[in-house]
Amino acid sequence: MSQFAINILFVGASFALYIGIAIWAKAGSTKDFYVAGGGVHPITNGMAIGADWMSAASFISMAGLIAAGGYANSTFLMGWTGGYVLLALLLAPYLRKFGKFTVPEFIGDRFYSRTARMVAVVCLIVASLTYVIGQMAGAGVAFSRFLEVDATTGLIIAAVVVFFYSVLGGMKGITYTQVAQYIVLIVAYTIPAVFISLELTGNPLPPLGLFSDHSASGEPLLSKLNEVVTALGFDAYTAMVDNKLNMVLFTLSLMIGTAGLPHVIMRFFTVPKVADARWSAGWALVFIGLLYLTAPAVASMARLNLMTTIYPDMAGQVENYDAAASNAIAYGDRPDWIRTWEETGLITFEDKNNDGNIQFYNDGADFEDRGWEGNELTVNNDILVLANPEIANLPSWVIGLIAAGGLAAALSTAAGLLLAISSAISHDLIKGAINPGITERGELKAARISMSIAIVVATYLGANPPGFAAQVVALAFGIAAASLFPVLMMGIFSKRVNNKGAIAGMLSGLTFTLVYIFIYKGWFFIPGTNNLADTPENWVLGISPLSIGAVGAIINFAVAYLVSKSSEEPPREIQELVESVRYPKGAGGAVNH
Amino acid sequence: MADEKSNAEAYWKANVRLITGCLIVWALVSYGCAILLRPLLSSIPVGGTDLGFWFAQQGSILAFIGLIFFYAWKMNRLDKQYGLEE
Repeated sequence: MSQFAINILFVGASFALYIGIAIWAKAGSTKDFYVAGGGVHPITNGMAIGADWMSAASFISMAGLIAAGGYANSTFLMGWTGGYVLLALLLAPYLRKFGKFTVPEFIGDRFYSRTARMVAVVCLIVASLTYVIGQMAGAGVAFSRFLEVDATTGLIIAAVVVFFYSVLGGMKGITYTQVAQYIVLIVAYTIPAVFISLELTGNPLPPLGLFSDHSASGEPLLSKLNEVVTALGFDAYTAMVDNKLNMVLFTLSLMIGTAGLPHVIMRFFTVPKVADARWSAGWALVFIGLLYLTAPAVASMARLNLMTTIYPDMAGQVENYDAAASNAIAYGDRPDWIRTWEETGLITFEDKNNDGNIQFYNDGADFEDRGWEGNELTVNNDILVLANPEIANLPSWVIGLIAAGGLAAALSTAAGLLLAISSAISHDLIKGAINPGITERGELKAARISMSIAIVVATYLGANPPGFAAQVVALAFGIAAASLFPVLMMGIFSKRVNNKGAIAGMLSGLTFTLVYIFIYKGWFFIPGTNNLADTPENWVLGISPLSIGAVGAIINFAVAYLVSKSSEEPPREIQELVESVRYPKGAGGAVNH
Repeated sequence: MADEKSNAEAYWKANVRLITGCLIVWALVSYGCAILLRPLLSSIPVGGTDLGFWFAQQGSILAFIGLIFFYAWKMNRLDKQYGLEE
C-alpha cells in the first residue's frame, strides 16, 4: 500500500469514529448542549480536557520550539501545565458549585452587572476566536502534507467533520469525540518517541531516555547534544538564561492564561460533583503530562538526529568536532524525508558557497575558516514532530498515525473553542441580554446556529489568516490572563470586590496588555504600525510583549481592589452567593442566616 | 446559626491555608528550582545536565500532578470533616 493510501486509511478511520460518536451522542436539551448533561465521569472528563487543551500548538509546534530553544523554551512545558494547579485550587471546584453553563454567566451574577457579563463575553470571543484560527490553519497544514490536497480543501473537510459532531452533539458530542481524539493523539505522539528513544539511548521510555546515555557515543544524551550544537555555533542546549525576569513572567502569563481560558473552564461544568471537579483536574494533568513529559525528549532527540543526519561524523564518539563539521553530506545525497518536506517549502536549501554540501549551522556564527559562507539549510520548527517518523525510518503506518494524531489535536481544540464561542452568544448574549424570554428549544436552536456561524468564520479566517497567525496564541493567553482569570479568582476569594471594581479591573488589565502588545507588534497587528521594534533592547525592563499578560493580571487585581475599596460593599445576597460557592454542600443551602 | 457559620468559616480558613501551602510548593518547583535557583543547583548533576534543567523539563510537571491529587484528597477529607460534602 502506498504511503498516501495508508494516510487516507488512518485519517478516514478516525473521522468515521468521530462521526459515529456524534450520531450516538446527539444533544436533546440545552443542558446536554452546554454541559453534556452534567454527568461526565472525572476520568473521562480528564481525558476530554487533555484533548480540549492539547492543540496543534502542543502536538505539532511545542517540541520544535523546545528543540530550537533548549532550556530557554522550557517555559512552554511549565506554563501550559502549571496553569492546571491554579485551575484545580482556585477556580474549577467553585465554578462547578456555582452550577451554571458559561464563564460570563458567573461574572455577570457575581458582579451583579450585565456590563461585566458583556465585557467577559467580548474577552471570551476575542481570545477563543484568535485561538481557533491557529487550529484551523494547523489542520490545513496537516491535510496538505499528508493527504495531498491543498490547505483550503483540507480546511473545508475538517470544518465539515467538526460541524457534524459539534452542531449535532454540542458539549455531549464534543466530550466523547475528545476522549477518542485524546487516545488517537497520545498514541500517535508516543509511538515514534518510543522508537527514537530506543534507537538513541536504548531506553524505551522517552522521559528517561532524555537523561540517559547516548548509545552511539557513550556520553549522556544532553552532553552529547550540547557538544554537537556548540560545535556548529549554537548556544548550548542546556544553557542558562540571563533574562530571568522575562522567563518568570512569560511562564506566569502562560499559567494564568491557561487557567483563564473559557473553553477549558467549561469542561469542569460537566462533572456531577465539586469533588469530581477537583479529581478531573488531576486526571487532566496526568493525561496532558504523558505528552508533556514526552515532548522534551522528542525535542532533544530529534535535534540530535537532525544534526547527525547532516554531519554523519558527529554521530559516534568524536575526537575533533572541527573535522567532523567539515564532512557534511552532499545535497544530492540528502535523505528522502528532506526531499518530501522541501516540496512543502518548510525545508529550504541554498548552496551559498557552491560546494555541493549542506552547511547547517548558526547563521550568526563566524566559520569562514571552514569555508562556510552562511547557513544553507532552513528547517521550520513545526515539521519536527510530523517528520519524526521519517527521520527515524519508522514504518509507514506510523506516519499515517501521526497524520491522524495531528488532526485530532487540532480538531478537538477547535471544537472546544467553538463551543465556548457559541454558548457565549446563545446563552450570554441572546438569552442573557437580547431575548431573556427565549424558550429552551429556541435557545438550543440559537446555540446550533451560532455554532454554525462560528465554524464558517473560523474556517474562513483559517484559510485567509489575517497576517498575524503567529501572534494569535500569545494574544489569546494575554487576554485570558489579564482579563478573565483575575476577576474569576476575586469573585470567589473576595466578598469585597464589587461590580465597579470588576469592570474597572478587567478593562484596565485588558487595555494595558493590548496596548503593550500593539506597541511592539503593530496596532491591531497591522504590519508597520508598531511604535517600537520588537527587540529585547526596546522592551520595558526586558519584558517581552508575550510575557506582559502576567503584568496585566497584576494591574487587574490592583485596580479591582482599589476601586472596590473606595466604593460600596456588594449587596448582602451577593456575599451569600460567594459563600454558597465556597462550600460544596447543597444548592446554596450551606449558609444559614 | 452561629455554630454552622463558624464551622463554615473554619472550613474556609483551612482551605485557604491548604491552598497557600500548595501554591508555595507550586512556585518553588517552577519559578524557584527551574528558573531563579537554577544557578545554585547547578552543582547537582542529573543525566548530563543539572537539577534545575530537570525541574524545568520534568520535575515541575510531576510536582504539579502530585500537588493537584494531594489537594483533591485533602479537600475531600476536609469536606467530610466539616460536614460540608455534597
